[in-house]
Amino acid sequence: MTDNKTSGNRLGVKGWFAGGRWGMERYIYAIHRLTGLGLLLFLTIHIFESSMRIYGAPVWERTMAFLDHPLFAAGEFLIIIGFAFHAINGLRLVFLELGFGVGKAIEPVYPYRTSVQVQRPLAIAVMILSALLIAAGGIDLFFIRP
Amino acid sequence: MNKTASWFWFIAAGVAVFIIGGLHMAVIHLDGIAGIFNPAGGSSLAWENVSGRNGSLVFAVSYVILLGAALYHGLYGLYNIVSELGISEKANGLLKKALLAAGVALFTVGAYAAFAARFITVS
Repeated sequence: MTDNKTSGNRLGVKGWFAGGRWGMERYIYAIHRLTGLGLLLFLTIHIFESSMRIYGAPVWERTMAFLDHPLFAAGEFLIIIGFAFHAINGLRLVFLELGFGVGKAIEPVYPYRTSVQVQRPLAIAVMILSALLIAAGGIDLFFIRP
Repeated sequence: MNKTASWFWFIAAGVAVFIIGGLHMAVIHLDGIAGIFNPAGGSSLAWENVSGRNGSLVFAVSYVILLGAALYHGLYGLYNIVSELGISEKANGLLKKALLAAGVALFTVGAYAAFAARFITVS
């Protein structure tokens, strides 16, 4: 949740990519935000593009003919990548929010064992599942699509 | 709405997008592999399939729920990202109003299209 402070976020957007001791979860956090922003931009365009169907078959088919271009196919693949990653990682974040997969609370005894290490298998599972969905989407888009 | 309620609805909307958006992605982007909800077969974007889905009340309602959930989740996410960068209270208030206006406008366009397309198909 956000506290609206006028200071205190020293690194700003740069902090998204300065993983430091947080490791791969910090980069997953950055990718989650970037994919989210990309999907929001796509959603805005998609609302208008998909609304063309209210004008009937001729307009819809002209719109689809315009979008039938390798550049838009590449864009569609980016949407598949973004959605697959954002959705699966979002599910991981919901699990963590509800306290699943974070491990039990332990005494802070040196050498410290962080919760991040307990959460890592879930992060790796996100990567594998996302990769599978992205591969399925890519195969459908570039090799099978009718 | 207070921040706790906003955060709850942000997560609930995310779960709704995961389920309905996931199904939508499977219908549109896995048409070759899954081939679901494409009554005429072939491409999911062929007019016969698009008008077939348009004619379904279940699809129209699911599009509107997905639209509302995706817009709320996306715009509240954007609001959080921008707020975290450390903007003034005044800018924060303006941002909230601008995003709300954008959300209502986009929802109106998308929801109108979902039901208008249904009536065009049915008539």
